[in-house]
Amino acid sequence: MIVAQRKPLDQIEAMLAGFEKILIVGCGTCVAVCMAGGEKEVELLAAQLRMKAKLEGKPRTVDEITITRQCDKEYLDQLARFVAEYDVILSAGCGAGVQFLAERYDDKLVLPALNTLFIGVAEGPGTWSQRCTACSECILDQTGGICPMTICAKNLLNGPCGGTNHGKCEVDGEKDCAWTLIYRRLEKLGRLDLLEKIQAPKNYAAMAKPGRYSHEAFQQADTQE
Amino acid sequence: MSENQPAQPAESFEPKVVALCCTYCAYTAGDLAGSMRLEYAPNVRIVKILCTGKVDAILLLRAFEDGADAVYVAGCALGDCHFQEGNLRAIQTVAHAKKLLAEVGLEPERLEFFHVPASAGPLFAQRANEMTDRARKLGPNLLRRSARQPAGGKLAKPPDAHPPLPQAKLGRLVHQADRTDVSTGGPAAPGDLPTGVQA
Repeated sequence: MIVAQRKPLDQIEAMLAGFEKILIVGCGTCVAVCMAGGEKEVELLAAQLRMKAKLEGKPRTVDEITITRQCDKEYLDQLARFVAEYDVILSAGCGAGVQFLAERYDDKLVLPALNTLFIGVAEGPGTWSQRCTACSECILDQTGGICPMTICAKNLLNGPCGGTNHGKCEVDGEKDCAWTLIYRRLEKLGRLDLLEKIQAPKNYAAMAKPGRYSHEAFQQADTQE
Repeated sequence: MSENQPAQPAESFEPKVVALCCTYCAYTAGDLAGSMRLEYAPNVRIVKILCTGKVDAILLLRAFEDGADAVYVAGCALGDCHFQEGNLRAIQTVAHAKKLLAEVGLEPERLEFFHVPASAGPLFAQRANEMTDRARKLGPNLLRRSARQPAGGKLAKPPDAHPPLPQAKLGRLVHQADRTDVSTGGPAAPGDLPTGVQA
């Protein structure tokens, strides 16, 4: 899932300077799971913004709504009957959600409440770590299910480098060496032969931005028309 | 605001303190304090909860938004939680809520977590006095002026005999009035139409 973190309140306050009627739009998918922009977090943020305005004697109305997803038009349409009443929309979605919301309601200022961090997994309660950089050409079959594009600081496809230090990385001694992890995993799986294969240079063109993708089923429908 | 600042004149300000007490330890300690005829500050409003692990940051923030001058969560001693780790969760929740309060501009010292074992009647009274004194030193919570319940411990609406299970309210607008107006009695119950929306 996409992992995000709420911006510091001061930063959000600075963005909201001069606006009175605020609608906070939460997102009920990834950022709800990582406790950054779901229903509960929207309620907390709204309470904080109300309290801060009262303490500073500023007029402010904060309404809340959380939709299933901000990255699908169908859910954004649910907001159509409300947005006209507000001076500004504060989106508690990931960067994609904020942009899609701003695109759908392009006559309204849409502000981000979160910093989007990465695609990752929940390590344990309240802790997430990155697992995928969306490189568009997955090689996890060759590396025992451990991604050198994400875990290795140098994105090495044929590792390890000379900087591996008893299982830690020379770039950051706190971080694991991806290629030590890969070696241990392949050893456990009895597939060390995979390490003898030389990986061809990565096709970085495949991850050129901005990515765009149409599902095959829908591509065919287009050409038959 | 630091505790070094001069205290507010006591006669003009009686702090309102909310104590969220777990059934098994702190509330039982409160009972014991009563049985022992111990005297403690009458400013403390005790809310009995099943386990401090149930306390959510929003409950703590709401207490302050509604005008409480200090709030404390009192749970079991470490390792004594009836639900294994409820008090450990509450310690984390209180620490988080303190940060949220500091961001807003309220003194985080207004909020605290205490371990109060069931056998510790005198400790219960001590903590109640401690938080009341602390609230007195810090002065009134400025949010009380605009709170939906200006005084007293009355409920905005009678408690539900059969409260509905919490459920996600995706796609439903929640107006600020639903959160802050005494007339609406807090957030609308699930199934109600949101304010201002035609059926």
